[in-house]
Amino acid sequence: MPSAKCPICGLNIELPDDVLPGEIIEHECGVVLEVVGDDNNGITLKPLEGISEDWGE
Amino acid sequence: MVTIGLIYDVLRWEERALIESAKREDVNIKLIHIPSTHIYIYGEEHNISMDIGLQRCVSHQFALESTIAFEALGNRIVNNSYSIAVSNDKLWTTALLVKYNIPTPRIVIAFSQEQAYRAIEKLNYPVVIKPLNGSWGRLVSLARDEEELRTIIEHRTYMPSPIFKIHYIQEFVKKPGRDIRAFVVGGEVPVAIYRISNHWITNTARGGKAVPAKIDPELEELVLRVAKIIKGEILGIDVFEDPERGYLINEVNSVTEFRNTVAATGYDLPRKIISYLVNLVKR
Repeated sequence: MPSAKCPICGLNIELPDDVLPGEIIEHECGVVLEVVGDDNNGITLKPLEGISEDWGE
Repeated sequence: MVTIGLIYDVLRWEERALIESAKREDVNIKLIHIPSTHIYIYGEEHNISMDIGLQRCVSHQFALESTIAFEALGNRIVNNSYSIAVSNDKLWTTALLVKYNIPTPRIVIAFSQEQAYRAIEKLNYPVVIKPLNGSWGRLVSLARDEEELRTIIEHRTYMPSPIFKIHYIQEFVKKPGRDIRAFVVGGEVPVAIYRISNHWITNTARGGKAVPAKIDPELEELVLRVAKIIKGEILGIDVFEDPERGYLINEVNSVTEFRNTVAATGYDLPRKIISYLVNLVKR
């Protein structure tokens, strides 16, 4: 099971086996995180910046 | 095996549904997560290999610019950058539709507060003021009288982005408690929903309820004409029903959501989209 560190609280978060970049995760520390790919073809987590003013259909 | 590049930023229900549908159809999906990607705009050797791309970014700017970038490298992207650029801009969309005699609500554009107030002389209250680039009913305002109009326009004038100093003012259409979202996929209109709401903003993002809609020949012909004008292939087109004028095209969405439509109608729109893209490649 893949895992990544929460960038805010530092705790390790276990992620689903089929986790993909772009997924949104709510961590128990209260932060909403976004899954992004890293340079090593792995994944990392960053705080979701929130709904941008140009989001939509 | 056909490879579809799924160009996206946020993995919503729709993107998951497209991925699952592709798996069932034995189609390879190459995930192109834009925030994790950089795109060289030179040299085909840098190109990301795909037979065709499907643009699914929720950010209008990411959708447009990443499509432009991939098209520069010779990729076929659905929807193309022209249709995305047009549908991102409500004025551009309206201008094209009016030019080609597509019925739309009456619109006036003003570039200053004073002209916005004068513009209403030929429209009756209430009027709807919209941002040129927006979605989900965000920052859409109803002005029922001059006092409300002045308040809204003054607030917009002091917003930092210059885009809010262009006032797109639309007549208020007396809808029958609903509007229509009709989907176009490659020259067909496979499904449509009514978005029902007691509120005048009927977006499902704002609580509108989706139920299946009847697609009559007039509606079908109208939205297909719109798709051809906008040069879009996979679109969500919003239609009003005016009691006197009939169908009026409100706006066009080029990276359309369809979770509520699939739930309400049972129609497998992800499969339709994947099949369409595969057929395009195989032509």
